[in-house]
Amino acid sequence: MSNLAVLPIIVPLLAGIIAAFIPRKTTVVRIFSRVMTIVNLAIAMYVGFEVYQNGSIILETGGWKAPFGIVIVADMLSVLLVITTNIIGVACVFFASRSLTDKQESFYFYTFFFLLITGVSGAFLTGDLFNLFVFFEVLLMASYGLLVLGGNKVQFRESIKYILINLFSSMLFVTVVAFLYSVVGTVNMAQIAQRVQEVEQQGILTTIGILLFFVFATKAAIFPLYYWLPKSYIVPNPVVSALFGALLTKVGIYSIIRVFTLIFIHDTAMTHQLFIWLAAFTMIFGVIGALSTNNVKLIVVYNIIPAIGFMLMGIGLYSETAVAGSIYYLLHDMVVKGALFLLVGAIVALAGTSDLRKMNGLIHHYPVIGWMFLISTVALAGIPPFSGFVGKLLLLQGGLEQGNIAIVIVGLVTSLLILFSMIRIFIRGFWGEKDESFTPDKKKARAFAWPIGCLVAITIFLGVGAEFVYPIVADISTYLLDPSLYIDSVLKE
Amino acid sequence: MRTNDLILRTTTNLIAFILLAFSVYLFLAGHNAPGGGFIGGLMTAAAIVLMYMTYGFESVSKIIPINFRFLIPVGLLIAVLTGIGSFLFGAPFLSQTFGHFSEIPILGDVELATAMLFDLGVYLTVVGVTLTIILTIANDQ
Repeated sequence: MSNLAVLPIIVPLLAGIIAAFIPRKTTVVRIFSRVMTIVNLAIAMYVGFEVYQNGSIILETGGWKAPFGIVIVADMLSVLLVITTNIIGVACVFFASRSLTDKQESFYFYTFFFLLITGVSGAFLTGDLFNLFVFFEVLLMASYGLLVLGGNKVQFRESIKYILINLFSSMLFVTVVAFLYSVVGTVNMAQIAQRVQEVEQQGILTTIGILLFFVFATKAAIFPLYYWLPKSYIVPNPVVSALFGALLTKVGIYSIIRVFTLIFIHDTAMTHQLFIWLAAFTMIFGVIGALSTNNVKLIVVYNIIPAIGFMLMGIGLYSETAVAGSIYYLLHDMVVKGALFLLVGAIVALAGTSDLRKMNGLIHHYPVIGWMFLISTVALAGIPPFSGFVGKLLLLQGGLEQGNIAIVIVGLVTSLLILFSMIRIFIRGFWGEKDESFTPDKKKARAFAWPIGCLVAITIFLGVGAEFVYPIVADISTYLLDPSLYIDSVLKE
Repeated sequence: MRTNDLILRTTTNLIAFILLAFSVYLFLAGHNAPGGGFIGGLMTAAAIVLMYMTYGFESVSKIIPINFRFLIPVGLLIAVLTGIGSFLFGAPFLSQTFGHFSEIPILGDVELATAMLFDLGVYLTVVGVTLTIILTIANDQ
């Protein structure tokens, strides 16, 4: 049944609405939210299984035929991303009650959380450019609510910047959709792709494509549009940071993947060449930021930016290997960033400080957290048995195939610097003399460890079990590089 | 000194009813004429805000004992459920249907569409959001 495709959007939306009825009964809402996220994960996995067996599911909402109504397109890429989103959702909802105060939980935390999941899943699944805008707004509105939850002075300051920059990019998005509509006369992505192909992407369409890229680049924090990200991601509660770091920028990069493998593909010398340059700068500037600070939260936040650079590099190279690398890296990065943000939240809560110079010998008190942090760090840097390796290998291989040595060198150096910036936390914070005066909170550490442990286990699976995951990713890459498959499945020609 | 606002109260009594009636008209007219859930909801909220301005928070909340914050999830739930309702009939999400009913007293032959229920959800959400914003700011100490 085609209605299956819309369930990953509807179930969290319903859950969020129901949670809004009883905000004060924290225990009930907490249990309800946990159950609903697991139910939603199960549904997403079932949809994924169906798509894997029988190909893309196309839902024409309201029974209107494809270019006229809104279509929900569940193909393998979107479904994999929805499943990953829900895995992070489950980990975060189990972490939430441990890191939020009761008062913060009762102020509609779970409603905002579910609306964020709704927006992210919707953005992954939609096949309509204006509907993509609407889902962007859904997830951004929820993120504004989550960002100010708690009401500290710094949160207010950073949320003003965050809202201003996002309002600006949303306005630009609407303007660009208007431009595109006036040129091609449709907002259905498949039909836009078809019509852009018919006119072979003349100058005006390339301009619109670059403008659209700027919109998504602002959301995804690509050089030079990343300046808003670091400060606004460290001020909210750790669980909110984890949701933001794992999901929000990835929606931007997914939109870039979708739009620049489906619609604007006829002038790659212009657009995709630009991406490679921007990817190189994004990697360098992001990792310089990560090296510049002693604040553990800020180090992890800055590490989002080079990861985005890696994914953009794959789209810029635009070959089967490189796009597969981008997708693998995207999946890996969502999980590992979720794990790292939760870990850093736990470390800051347990050590009582976010300044690296004040931490010492934490591994004596919290061995489990320490080793999980080390695994996530080497996974992020791309050390072979773990998940970051496969994606990076494919990306570098794609770069070499096209003889683009410069970007390969930048990628390798960046990986080294990422490892250096992260391992600094492990060496300075976890190693060292045992501090006898420090009283560890073992019970809290155990409570923190469970949700993080699940994410770390999935990171290890993505690396060790690459043989299971890679064929799927390679299929997606082949599918993405042949846009006629997407167009035909939506427009049924 | 208490000001005498007899003129304001008398005109409000009259205008509030006209506003409410007009908002219901706008809400019902949406299918074939300009109007609909959004503008109807805003107009209802305007009528209620007028009453708050004239009679004060205490007395109006006694007359309308609704926590407007709950109208938001109620409206959303109605809107989402009308979308999900199509699942029962094996139709795609958000499918709408309509029928002619000739047996309704007074009105006679009426065409009723399920799109109306979706609009009711929009209407309640808009009323809830508008009044939550206004009353939260107004009651802020």
